[in-house]
Amino acid sequence: MSVITIERKVLEKNDQIAQKNREDFTANNVFTINIVSSPGSGKTSILERTIEHLKGKLNLSVIEGDVQTDNDARRISALDVPAVQIVTHGGCHLEARLVRDAMENVDLQKTQLLVIENVGNLVCPSNYDLGEAHKVVVVSTTEGDDKPIKYPNMFRNSSVLIINKIDLVPYLNCNIDELENNALQINPSLKVFKTSCTTGDGIDEWCSWLESQVLK
Amino acid sequence: MHEMSVAQNIIDIVLQHLPEENSQPVQVVTVKIGKMAGIVPDSLEFGFQVIASETPHLENAQLRMEFTPLIIHCPLCGKDFEINDPYFICPDCNNTNVEIKSGTELQVTEIEIDDSPQEES
Repeated sequence: MSVITIERKVLEKNDQIAQKNREDFTANNVFTINIVSSPGSGKTSILERTIEHLKGKLNLSVIEGDVQTDNDARRISALDVPAVQIVTHGGCHLEARLVRDAMENVDLQKTQLLVIENVGNLVCPSNYDLGEAHKVVVVSTTEGDDKPIKYPNMFRNSSVLIINKIDLVPYLNCNIDELENNALQINPSLKVFKTSCTTGDGIDEWCSWLESQVLK
Repeated sequence: MHEMSVAQNIIDIVLQHLPEENSQPVQVVTVKIGKMAGIVPDSLEFGFQVIASETPHLENAQLRMEFTPLIIHCPLCGKDFEINDPYFICPDCNNTNVEIKSGTELQVTEIEIDDSPQEES
């Protein structure tokens, strides 16, 4: 029996492609965010509100990731923003290679802000760098205030947290402060926003911050 | 369930390290998995067996998983602590600005190849 020592990162191939993506974004002055959450937290709704706020101020493009259907890309296209749909056909997360392929259909030179909406899943996407500047994790109040401690990787690997559906708090057994504290114990550097896509609360603050990051 | 994709990546890496013209079977593939690497061991084992069973040289390979604990380093105290729950706070000084020292690894560390002389058929 002979032993061969290897010592290589399992996801190094993904990381290498993500780095290429990042270089292309930088070369074209594109600021990229990767939005992650459970299914149904409101990623697409937040994106729609964000587009309404930033359209005319910034040139946006969107890459949508879903297991099936191009429903989300159609929702974004309806707002006159270029959207490319990745259908993973069962795959539970986006990988850098899928984003790289989708980038062929994104006009990077005409894009200042690229939003990648990941597949709804709080586990798997946390391990895959896509080349983004920031992972933005969305958690909605209907999911309960212990979500961060149940899924620590995602909250540790994100730099922004959006607590969504705050308008529903009066009807729920969810303590927003507790939710925020749980998230900050896992990652004290998280930038936190609290939003409702129904009332519009918090969307201004989120969009102002995002715009300032793009124009930095 | 991204373990299938992780298993495929492990096997791709192993194949790159097989000696040229090697026809000897790989017996064991060792991977190091951090406690916070987000891997479900049973799912990875399953995915590995499914792919390995159809991969030349790996048909009978076993996956050996070595788990590393979650260890944080506090830059203020200069100490390391093993933590069980994902609360990233220094147990000594309550500093929240701690670094993860280990526990997120996901690495192929070594393979074992059966290089005993094969009988000519």
